[in-house]
Amino acid sequence: MSRHRVKNVGYDDDDYEDDDGYGSPDPEEQETLQQCTAAVLEQLRAGEPSVTATKEEIQEALWHYYNDVEKSANYLRGKKEKEIKKQKAPTMQKAKGQAGLPVPGYPAPLPAISHFSAADFFRDCPWLNVPAHRKADILVEPLYPRIGLLGGAPEAGGKVSKLAALAAARKKKEGEKAAATPEAPSTPRPDSSAASSPKPPGTPLSLSERLAASKLSRPSDTNGSLRRLGKLEPSVSTPGRPEPAPGPSKPAPLPIPEPVKSEEDEPKDEPEPQQPTPNIRASPSTFASAIVGNAAGPTMAEPSHLNSNGVDLLQIYGQDHAEPFDFAAPSPDDVVLNAQNTAKGLKSKQAASKAASGQKGQADVAGGMKDLSVEEKVTVKSKNLDVLAEYNKSRRKKSANFVVIGHVDAGKSTLMGRLLADQGAIDQRTLDKYRKEAERIGKGSFALAWVLDQGSEERARGVTIDIATNKFETENTAFTIVDAPGHRDFVPNMIAGASQADFAVLVIDSSVGKFESGLKGQTKEHALLVRSMGVQKIIVAVNKMDTVQWDKERFEEIEQQISSFLTTAGFQAKNISFVPCSGVLGDNITRRSDDPQATWYTGRTLIEELETSEPYTHALDKPLRMTIGDVFRGGVQNPISISGRLDSGSLQMGDQILTLPSGETALIRSVDVDGEPSDWAVAGQNVVLNLANIDPVHLRSGDVICRASAPIKTITSFTAKVLAFEHLMPMQVDVHRGRLHVPGRISKLVASLDKASGTALKKRPKIVGPGTVARVVVEMDQAVPLEAPTRIVLRAGGATVAAGLLE
Amino acid sequence: MRLIKNKIEHDGSGTVTLCPEEPEDMWHAYNLIRPGDLLRASAIRRVTTVQDTGSTSSARVHLSLEIKVKSLDFDPHSSQLHVSGQIMNETAHTKVGQFHTLDLELNRNFTLEKKVGADGEGVGWDSIAVEMLKDAVDEGGKRRAEAVAVVMQEGLAHICFIGQFQTIMKQKVEMSVPRKRQGGGDHDKGMSKFFRVTLETLLRQMDFNTSITSGSNNEAVRPVLLASPGFVAAGFHKYIQSEASTTTPGLKRLLPSIVVVHSASGYLNSLSEVLQSPAVKTLLADTKYARETRLMDDFLDQLRKETNKATYGPREVESAVDQGAVGRGGGVLIMSNRLFRSQDVAERKRWVALVDRVRDVEGGEVRVLSSDHESGKRLEGLGGIAALLTFPVVEEELHSEDEAADAD
Repeated sequence: MSRHRVKNVGYDDDDYEDDDGYGSPDPEEQETLQQCTAAVLEQLRAGEPSVTATKEEIQEALWHYYNDVEKSANYLRGKKEKEIKKQKAPTMQKAKGQAGLPVPGYPAPLPAISHFSAADFFRDCPWLNVPAHRKADILVEPLYPRIGLLGGAPEAGGKVSKLAALAAARKKKEGEKAAATPEAPSTPRPDSSAASSPKPPGTPLSLSERLAASKLSRPSDTNGSLRRLGKLEPSVSTPGRPEPAPGPSKPAPLPIPEPVKSEEDEPKDEPEPQQPTPNIRASPSTFASAIVGNAAGPTMAEPSHLNSNGVDLLQIYGQDHAEPFDFAAPSPDDVVLNAQNTAKGLKSKQAASKAASGQKGQADVAGGMKDLSVEEKVTVKSKNLDVLAEYNKSRRKKSANFVVIGHVDAGKSTLMGRLLADQGAIDQRTLDKYRKEAERIGKGSFALAWVLDQGSEERARGVTIDIATNKFETENTAFTIVDAPGHRDFVPNMIAGASQADFAVLVIDSSVGKFESGLKGQTKEHALLVRSMGVQKIIVAVNKMDTVQWDKERFEEIEQQISSFLTTAGFQAKNISFVPCSGVLGDNITRRSDDPQATWYTGRTLIEELETSEPYTHALDKPLRMTIGDVFRGGVQNPISISGRLDSGSLQMGDQILTLPSGETALIRSVDVDGEPSDWAVAGQNVVLNLANIDPVHLRSGDVICRASAPIKTITSFTAKVLAFEHLMPMQVDVHRGRLHVPGRISKLVASLDKASGTALKKRPKIVGPGTVARVVVEMDQAVPLEAPTRIVLRAGGATVAAGLLE
Repeated sequence: MRLIKNKIEHDGSGTVTLCPEEPEDMWHAYNLIRPGDLLRASAIRRVTTVQDTGSTSSARVHLSLEIKVKSLDFDPHSSQLHVSGQIMNETAHTKVGQFHTLDLELNRNFTLEKKVGADGEGVGWDSIAVEMLKDAVDEGGKRRAEAVAVVMQEGLAHICFIGQFQTIMKQKVEMSVPRKRQGGGDHDKGMSKFFRVTLETLLRQMDFNTSITSGSNNEAVRPVLLASPGFVAAGFHKYIQSEASTTTPGLKRLLPSIVVVHSASGYLNSLSEVLQSPAVKTLLADTKYARETRLMDDFLDQLRKETNKATYGPREVESAVDQGAVGRGGGVLIMSNRLFRSQDVAERKRWVALVDRVRDVEGGEVRVLSSDHESGKRLEGLGGIAALLTFPVVEEELHSEDEAADAD
């Protein structure tokens, strides 16, 4: 039984065309059902008084009574009898009551189907929820022609007969299907044309109103017409069904706000005192008029509608140039509706309903307004792309990020400025402007560095403070430069930059004294940092060779010292390369030096060296992780934007994201990849995300973005295997991971480890010397989004004390 | 804190009457008062009386109550000390044994009595307590040097007050400053906004009156240390200067006391670096803080040299003392005063015994660092106790103890 129920529930949504089939695959059940249906029908007919019921009705009853034939029959009989009685009661009540009932249901769009069969008509059944009424509609229809003609007379006095005659004439014109058609138009005519009756003021007014206010949605008329037309078939199939016409009454209230109701009341009041029977007949016609009015009014906007309902409209105004409409074919409205339905699927319900009824539509609009004002939520429709598939499809250039590191004043920014200028990423005009401005403040040699040093403080002091990213393209690679500051105070920024890099360019000042001081300073620290952050490949640009007259010996000396250092730092010899160059002059950057003293160098230039980089793979299929690099106002349209590099996973426009540690969600309004708008982004790309639905206080640089389905954990303590650069003991340290920078302390030295094997050499050492690998426990005051495996850097007192892997 | 009356007997029992005068004295009181002590102070107690008719009336009455201390609650930010315990003296309104929480107030005397009892019962005025009392009682007010430090970095500032015995982090200013971007001027805007908020907060915390008229009373302005990596502190200094010369001339009084120093980061753990900078050293040379910081640095240096002449951790230090390594000629026992705050009497006795032994028997130096200072916090990380040794102690034998500690 339960199965049966389930199926029947589904049946409501089913296409009524496969009524008998129920769309259910269970033949046994169907057979039972058929038998029961037959039995019930027989009982109904045999019983006293004899009544009939449609198959659907019976089947529904059967379903309710679990296939109990007796009960179903009784129920149906009771219902039918009631209906018959009801019909005799004053129409007014009924009309009103029924008018009230369907209102909510009406706006429902009729999932229109090409021809107006009962099945189509029934499609709205789920809304109405009143199958009996619905039935009634169908069954009543056949009476219309008669009622209309008869009912019109008492209502509008003598003139009606004329109109009726006119209608009849037109009916003839229209041919075989005319049976139903004239009924509707005939009734309105008395209303509108009879100036003496109380209706004219009401009806024309409402009509004209409706006409003027084409706001009234069009589809409503579809309902009306459909309804009317739909009645044709059933009328034939079950003739003689005594029923008032609640059908027409229903459409009346729906699209028409106030005026129609009054109009509706008026006519009814009048007929009431007269014979009940005519009344019954009369009232539907009034309603029909209302429908017609409806149908006509809104149609205006759409020519197709006009065509379909033109007859009615024109008739209302007493003009008879209407073309007969072939009702056998689907109305243009229906065609449109059909198309919309199939296109929109379920949503069409909503959309169509909005359009269907002015009232409802207005209500919806009001509701929508309320939503807007209260919530202010921005919704962006996700394209639901398969990002990885899109990524694989897209034929992008090989891309690489590299970080430029080195001691302060080694010429990192200038070298990169030169590279960008020579690659055409910066136009000559801007460059000239920088040069002029730099000379004005007496820092002419810094002009190229200004390409990257955009900050006013940076320019005034001639020092890079924060990382700058810039990009340029060669024939087969798109490079992103991350220019890191060299000053020791800004190593945290450099760490942030290095965490975005695939490989590194180490810039070394070859001039006398500077190289040596650099080696002691940040040259070493930076190199160790990038290595411990997982950078494998390093290009050493021996800069300022012009100041040492391209001294080959100097170059070799530097090469020898640096390579031995880098090898001990853990770089493989094949991943280290050296290029002598001059950033200021541009020698050996993109073009070979034409300095005669530099002819000894025949190796690759810097740009050629850069191009040897292999493509890097990123964890595309891992859960989304992105460390926020910057939070800023992207512009008027994007009040909150964040930038950063996707560490893993992928995202797309419209995605919901979670930021930690704040735990707030946000919506990705749009995505920029490398400055170009994009629908999606994958790990390894530098992105700007424009967000919505989040307050900027919840976003800080260093926070991590992930998905709510796979959130990153926030922790207050972790164990890490680190390589000590300085002495480690229980001490206070700053924990760095990319932009993330939090204070913490080493609370415990768990063990010092063997470098190669990782086995514990000494448990709980008091102190860990430089160069030793140790396992330590780090505690932090605040919860921080970190997860293994990630590379962290521990700093204390302005120096990097350790770097390693979180376990 | 003023010492009103001192009646400490030779056996260590006795009473002391004190009058706290400034907020920091509450911190001293917090260290002096131990559970089990008797504390007499004025109190306001709500007394409810029930009439014969059954109606109740309650009234607030001023009482002088003596309680046996059960627990202490100290709020360092507002410098408030609440001591709760059982009432020991009978009054018209209270019965013996009822509980009461005394809120010690500034400029109201309180009397503290410590008794020497049987095992585990009250230790009286031991050497540490006497030492603390001496620290607490401000002789001639010469230790009043205080400074305000603003440790900052881009978008982050910690405003803290450095006192004799504690560093109080008053407020943290955190703001998201946009980074530099291609063609974006947001960074400068963000920074000046950040400076503005930080200055406002600083002045509010310092109770600094910026009106010109207030300049007449020549109240000394505490030194203000601005510390940051890079140029943030310098930028902030410049900002204050420009504010002083344009909108708020009252700030001019503040300018002379501002010192800009370097720190490695904007977090509080770089305060030690701030305090060591030459500019600050001259300002705060004889503050306890500076001495403590120097001591910790010496210790850590020694530890780094791996000479085995420095050790830390309770067991290791005790063992070193047993071997006589913390004695004359450079032996220094460094302890955090947190250890003496222990609720466990036996625990406290253990540490007091150790201190007494080092000082009196071994002839070494004992330094008790305030756990509320940055140096004390560094010491906490090492287990709250450390020692500089006169000769290297080989650690091998301690290893077994370590294992034992691990097993614990």
